[in-house]
Amino acid sequence: MAYSDKVLDHYNNPRNVGSLDKKRDNVGTGVVGAPECGDVMKLQIEVDGDRIVDAKFKTFGCGSAIASSSLATEWIKGKTVDEALAINNTEIVEELSLPPVKIHCSVLAEDAIKSAIDDYKAKQQATPE
Amino acid sequence: MDLPIYLDYQATTPVDPRVLEAMLPYFTERFGNAASRSHAFGWAGEEAVDRARKQVASLIGASPKEIVFTSGSTEAINLALKGVGEMYASKGKHIVTSQVEHKAVLDTCKHLEKQGFEVTYLEPSPTGRVSVETVAAALREDTCIVALIWANNEIGTLNPIREIGELCHERNALLFTDATQAVGKVPVDVERDGVDLLCLSAHKLYGPKGIGCLYVRRRNPRVRLVAQMDGGGHERGMRSGTLNVPGIVGIGEACALCERELDADSEHARALRDRFEGRIFAELDHVHLNGDREHRLPNCSNVSFAYVEGESLIMGVNDVAVSSGSACTSASLEPSHVLRACGVGDDLAHSSIRFGFGRFTTEEEVDHATQEVIAAVRRLRELSPLYEMVQEGVDPGAIDWSGSH
Repeated sequence: MAYSDKVLDHYNNPRNVGSLDKKRDNVGTGVVGAPECGDVMKLQIEVDGDRIVDAKFKTFGCGSAIASSSLATEWIKGKTVDEALAINNTEIVEELSLPPVKIHCSVLAEDAIKSAIDDYKAKQQATPE
Repeated sequence: MDLPIYLDYQATTPVDPRVLEAMLPYFTERFGNAASRSHAFGWAGEEAVDRARKQVASLIGASPKEIVFTSGSTEAINLALKGVGEMYASKGKHIVTSQVEHKAVLDTCKHLEKQGFEVTYLEPSPTGRVSVETVAAALREDTCIVALIWANNEIGTLNPIREIGELCHERNALLFTDATQAVGKVPVDVERDGVDLLCLSAHKLYGPKGIGCLYVRRRNPRVRLVAQMDGGGHERGMRSGTLNVPGIVGIGEACALCERELDADSEHARALRDRFEGRIFAELDHVHLNGDREHRLPNCSNVSFAYVEGESLIMGVNDVAVSSGSACTSASLEPSHVLRACGVGDDLAHSSIRFGFGRFTTEEEVDHATQEVIAAVRRLRELSPLYEMVQEGVDPGAIDWSGSH
């Protein structure tokens, strides 16, 4: 199977690899997928005000899964939380030219963004002002 | 050293230059149809086929008349199972096979199930072996054939064929073995091992693609088949179709070389494999060997690199041509049925890579490949949230992932 140049680029030079301190109140963590399915994505955001100022990821999965999550962190950095929520998996499919059998990778990346934001919002509600 | 490095000898092998040289005249000046009895062109073809038949038979301890040339193992498997099934249906319509067979056997059995046959799929041990006891327990009065792989194509595990052959003969059932990966790698002798039908394929033993054969026992017992290809009655009526003379010359020469060089080939591959595994296991943690350490092909190494997904690893080792048991290389998204049957978890199945070493693999190539694999695994583990958990003392296997989809 041939990979698109963009998938190869993200695979070879993944952006924003790493971890943020998940205990911090302004950090949201999303972990989606399952090892049995061959994909696990961890995506974290650091929020200042309503803007995502930093994002990190780690992914267990195929090259397309790695590229999808790498791209996701690149896209959400600098966006507001609401803007990040609006990202749709089809945009990732388009940007990376993913074949049909790899569309689930983009779905997972979208889920990871939403899950990280949910976690952040839950923390905000739990934290007394 | 040429790149990429080929470590996928279970998938196919290059044609040995000596085999190619033997084949070439049969494309051009000796092009005759082996069935043309009336002229020298035909006689030259027939003579070449006779010689090749002897060479193939000799490698597996058969007599030349017991060799039926086919287009490869898949066709031979179809002929063996469907042919025996149809011929012996009145004796019984029960077939015994295993869960770790090649798809060609499994799908042929599925076909026969639709024709009213009953098939028992034996569960292997965790290392992929089918024991004599398991076979004995599954045999019935109406069992017409037992079909078991000799050496597994994914993990290289060797089945105790000789013991199973003895059992089958005692219990009056025929034994078919898919020996595609075994022939040329380990000693195979249909008499000593009590095999009634056996298939092999030239391209797994340094011969050309598109040619293989089915061994069909002629004595004690005489095995009869219903042909699956009707036509001119070639191959004693068992497989019609003009003989692929250059291919047959190729499989013959390839078998002759294997017979002469089997010990050297085995030792060569084993030494390279042990060198590879020695370093992989010394330098990386959380690495699992799939298959049977003791009863295994000398040239096969199937390894799971936990917390790294197989396809991404293959992508990371650009210079090395290998196969993965991971889902993502096939369109099915299902991990290997062989690893699954061995009880390997889907997570480790997704992390498995098969390395195959062969006649033309060099030490330099293995060292280069080993370095690449180690570097790629380390890099991908830096990216792996699962490996991070393990470093933090969390066992990913203990987590309920069901809510994370």
